[in-house]
Amino acid sequence: MMRAIRIGSGAGYSGDRIEPAVELAENGDIQYLVFECLGERTVALAQQARMKNPEGGYDPLLEERMRAVLAVCAAKGIKIVTNMGAANPEAAAKKTAEIARSLGLSSLKIAAIVGDDVLDACKDGDLPIMEFESTIKQLGNRLLSANAYLGAAPMAEALSAGADIVITGRASDPALFLAPMIHAFGWAMDDWNLLGQGTVAGHLLECAGQITGGYFADPGYKDVPDLARLGFPIGEVGEDGSLVITKVKGSGGAVTARTCKEQLLYEVHDPAKYFQPDVVADFSQVRVEEIGPDRVRVSGGRGTKRTDTLKVSVGYVDSYIGEGQISYAGPGALARGRLALEIVRERLKLIGVASSELRFELVGVDALHGAEISAHANEPYEVRVRVTGRTENLREAVRIGNEVETLYTNGPAAGGGAWKSARDVVAVASVLLPRELAKPQVRFVGA
Amino acid sequence: MKLREIAHSRTGDKGNTSNISVIAYDARHYRLLLAQVTSARVKAHFAGVVEGEVVRCELPNLSALNFVMASALGGGVTRSLALDAHGKSLSSALLDLDIEPGSDDK
Repeated sequence: MMRAIRIGSGAGYSGDRIEPAVELAENGDIQYLVFECLGERTVALAQQARMKNPEGGYDPLLEERMRAVLAVCAAKGIKIVTNMGAANPEAAAKKTAEIARSLGLSSLKIAAIVGDDVLDACKDGDLPIMEFESTIKQLGNRLLSANAYLGAAPMAEALSAGADIVITGRASDPALFLAPMIHAFGWAMDDWNLLGQGTVAGHLLECAGQITGGYFADPGYKDVPDLARLGFPIGEVGEDGSLVITKVKGSGGAVTARTCKEQLLYEVHDPAKYFQPDVVADFSQVRVEEIGPDRVRVSGGRGTKRTDTLKVSVGYVDSYIGEGQISYAGPGALARGRLALEIVRERLKLIGVASSELRFELVGVDALHGAEISAHANEPYEVRVRVTGRTENLREAVRIGNEVETLYTNGPAAGGGAWKSARDVVAVASVLLPRELAKPQVRFVGA
Repeated sequence: MKLREIAHSRTGDKGNTSNISVIAYDARHYRLLLAQVTSARVKAHFAGVVEGEVVRCELPNLSALNFVMASALGGGVTRSLALDAHGKSLSSALLDLDIEPGSDDK
């Protein structure tokens, strides 16, 4: 009989809902629970947190998520895989061990995957930035972090060494799901078609609710039941790579061919070349088929040989952003909003605010898609003025919001609800690192 | 009719590149998508938003197209000044495209 596993996806981003993972653990009949919680730039922000506190730098919701699921996962033997380690997987593993002890769970084996931090290797090679003309060294003291997207191998190794919980930092999101498959089925790391189909599974599951009806509903066109209790997805994967996407019976949402198609193409460029650390996956021949209520079979994922490089996410201080907002409503709201924008535009010139980029827009009219697409929109009852700009330092950024706020007493009639902010911008860019320069390791922490 | 009547859509983001899927509800409408939702039309529709090239990928098994739009996210999600830095709302704008129905769709 063919072996199969059920993998639940317990979070699709760092701030995601907590209860759906508990529902998966309690009623999902799963053997693995994966939490994908590490956004593109989160690891750079976490690195800043670690610099302030050497025991910090992991996901801020780690404790809440672990406390919610550890007991039930331990009771049922469900293994947990997560990237909540962020910039400090070892500290996250120690914290998880502490939580496990406090819950009376003393026999859990917890593994941290380290080695995604490749800042030194990137500096040594002075690697070129892919998105703009610069090298690592040219970023100077604006450079914060460089983390390689690791593949599934170290996580699979930890599972095979008996880990109940695997905590990594930067790893490819689909690899979090691929690791249990490699561990459970003993897939070869050069079986490109299996790794490609496994990547399809991981890619479909990694955003959790986005395949069960989240980011999907459009009333009258695409209705989804019970979004307030959205169930998170389960992937049933066979050792031959066969895949069915489903969810816990009775939970909210829906798994349909449509939700699966939308998620398959989410954040994909050329579907025939989806670059991953372990494989170049090919989604171009994938088929989806509804085989029952909330059950969709997904087949046809393939793959070709992995590349010789790993993508590295480089965090750096890019610039500062200042912003101000204020609202106008009732008859003439649009005209007063436009007058307000003209006043602020002139004021920023008059007082000489130094900025490299400015936006003047009306939320409710043209903020999301610009003036051209919005040109024929109806006049709204209320508008919100939004002015934002990029500056080289915080002092200049503050002046932008101030010029919106002063509209209270100096601007058009009846402006209310002014708000302002100024912040530094930690951005990410990419470099490609020869893969042998990243040296991931598994480190066990006892509960 | 509007594209929204025959297709659904989702936006994704990576760096300064946005991708939008356009998926026919009914496989028989895929040929309308192929004929009328071209890269050039999408690029023109997003004038003022998308600064770079628009490339179309075809997925006949899914009756879907995938548009990859370069320099579309205000310099990149993590540094954009835009209210919707991810461009998640762009799919809704695309569904507003006008489509000429086929002879058997009238």
